[in-house]
Amino acid sequence: MNIHEYQAKELYRKYGIPVPQGIACMSVEEATAAATKLIEETGSEVVVVKAQIHAGGRGKAGGVKVVKGVAAATEAATDILGKTLVTHQTGPEGKVVQRLLVEQGLAIKSELYLALVVDRESRRIAIMASTEGGMDIEEVAASTPEKIQTIAIDPAVGLQGYQVRQLAFALGLSKQEQKNFGKLMAGLARLFEQEDCSIAEINPLILTEDEQVIALDAKVNFDSNAEFRHSDFWNAVRDLTEEAPAETEAQEAGLSFIQLDGNIGCLVNGAGLAMSTMDTIKYYGGEPANFLDVGGGANREAVTKAFGIILQSKAVQGIFVNIFGGIMRCDTVASGVVAATKEVGLEVPLVVRLEGTKVDEGRKILDESGLAITSVATMAEGAQKIVELAKG
Amino acid sequence: MSILVDKDTRLVVQGMTGSVGKFHTEQMLGYGTKVVAGCTPGKGGQSLMDVPIYDTMREVVKQTGANASAIFVPPPFAADAILEAVDAEVPLVVCITEGIPVMDMIKVRRVLDSQDKTRVIGPNCPGVITPDQCKIGIMPGHVHKAGRIGVVSKSGTLTYEAVGQLTALGIGQSTAVGIGGDPINGTDFIDVLKLFNDDPDTDGVILIGEIGGNAEEQAAAWIKENFKKPVAGFIAGRTAPPGKRMGHAGAIISGGKGTADAKIEALEDAGVKVAPTPSDMGTTLQSLL
Repeated sequence: MNIHEYQAKELYRKYGIPVPQGIACMSVEEATAAATKLIEETGSEVVVVKAQIHAGGRGKAGGVKVVKGVAAATEAATDILGKTLVTHQTGPEGKVVQRLLVEQGLAIKSELYLALVVDRESRRIAIMASTEGGMDIEEVAASTPEKIQTIAIDPAVGLQGYQVRQLAFALGLSKQEQKNFGKLMAGLARLFEQEDCSIAEINPLILTEDEQVIALDAKVNFDSNAEFRHSDFWNAVRDLTEEAPAETEAQEAGLSFIQLDGNIGCLVNGAGLAMSTMDTIKYYGGEPANFLDVGGGANREAVTKAFGIILQSKAVQGIFVNIFGGIMRCDTVASGVVAATKEVGLEVPLVVRLEGTKVDEGRKILDESGLAITSVATMAEGAQKIVELAKG
Repeated sequence: MSILVDKDTRLVVQGMTGSVGKFHTEQMLGYGTKVVAGCTPGKGGQSLMDVPIYDTMREVVKQTGANASAIFVPPPFAADAILEAVDAEVPLVVCITEGIPVMDMIKVRRVLDSQDKTRVIGPNCPGVITPDQCKIGIMPGHVHKAGRIGVVSKSGTLTYEAVGQLTALGIGQSTAVGIGGDPINGTDFIDVLKLFNDDPDTDGVILIGEIGGNAEEQAAAWIKENFKKPVAGFIAGRTAPPGKRMGHAGAIISGGKGTADAKIEALEDAGVKVAPTPSDMGTTLQSLL
């Protein structure tokens, strides 16, 4: 799960990680008041107006403005709020800015990169640090990997002083900066573990002339498996306007769904089978409209809900149901498909492949339903058939 | 012969009294698995389907000599259940539970790496089956057939798909192992491949991977150096968009890493014959025999 920069910074403050003074705003009026307050409190005319969307690359897209004085801040807020930002992470349709963060401007001496991630290879939390702050870290990793320092935290003992020193010396920090960096690192490691993060990234982490180490930006992703430990807090910070409505609806129904660009809807049980169903459609020249895993208990309600969600996309010109009934019986699934088809009033071609327990009974139910359902025996046959039918 | 489980496996089910645990215990008993105990704290002394229940795993091992465990405990308590089984020195622990926080698995894995008594399969996996001898997990037993091909997979339904195809071709399986789709698990491809390599009754293997991480690349490198038997492969997620989690917690392409194409290339380079579609897994393996 994703949260906004301003929410991540509030969390950072709680763990003693220095961030610029800032105020989250939902309107231009609030932004004006925030700029006035910050200028008064800091004695500096420089403020930064930042678009709050769940995507990186905001600066390049015109979503971050450094300005001087209240009038200029108001102007920047007017410009950014309501604007559609298109960045490399938003997709071509972009994202509309509905929230702003107004912050004090800081004099930057240098910019660093710092991130904590779950590293699958070492099976630990890994810290990555680099002197190449402000850059796209994936580019740095590709072109100059030697500029990224990586250490892994042993879960038995936690982050150790020598590890912080290794990073601090590699980053070329002064004695005072090392001290400040150590405090920040301890806080960030604690935050990562206690809040069940999957990513905590600071890009850039800045050094100031007075040797402060400050998180100028903040990105936090949570491990959705840990929701049971944080449900109140996560519900409070979740911004549903940032998530695809169909994906949210599916999640609430216990389905795993991802919208794609094609025209063939897929309804499958199991994540691996769902992925490879998409692959097989593509292999035979079609384009999948979605990833959908109905999970282990594909009953009538789940199938009906899934059809409804798939059909929300106007691009869908056919649906392929691919079920390997393990413990789940094919006749139960078939009844669900027939009932759901009637209930939804399905108008696009439907190809169903059933395999597993009680498969003959299941196919019989489909054949005798009187509905225009094409029943097939294998995944490959089904994919070929639906690609053909969806072409019309 | 087979790997990991056979007719002498004595199983304890942790979380047997929950609805999922109960249903699958019944299925496993029906398949012929020797379920010797259940473990549910607070229900010790009771029994379910004539299987005695104990409060703690130490008690289970002491009283019944259980040598394998299946975990059907909900995610908030699953890491604790795994660690209790490790503490009781149960040699094989199969964790079916889906949705364990990765932070919990980091700690569990750290404990696993510091001992050599217990192997953990999963979590978020269908389990392990040696056809006609022992089924630990949630897979449909009847699609399997005893024989000489090993299957190792990150995905449940794709395992059933592969097994179903083999059985339809008249090719039986020695053991099928689901290692699960989580980013951090107890047993990886290489661990299972080593066991198949040393099993005189396994003639070849189907390996099923998916996008995310680099376990398939590591397995490919190991196969190239060490594996003596033919391997057919399949990788799910060729068309998955980057940055999106495809159902399994670990199935995600991030930072250009973990793509299906890179995995397929690594496997082919190691001499693995990769099936073009999941419908060809069985015939691809057959062509190697």
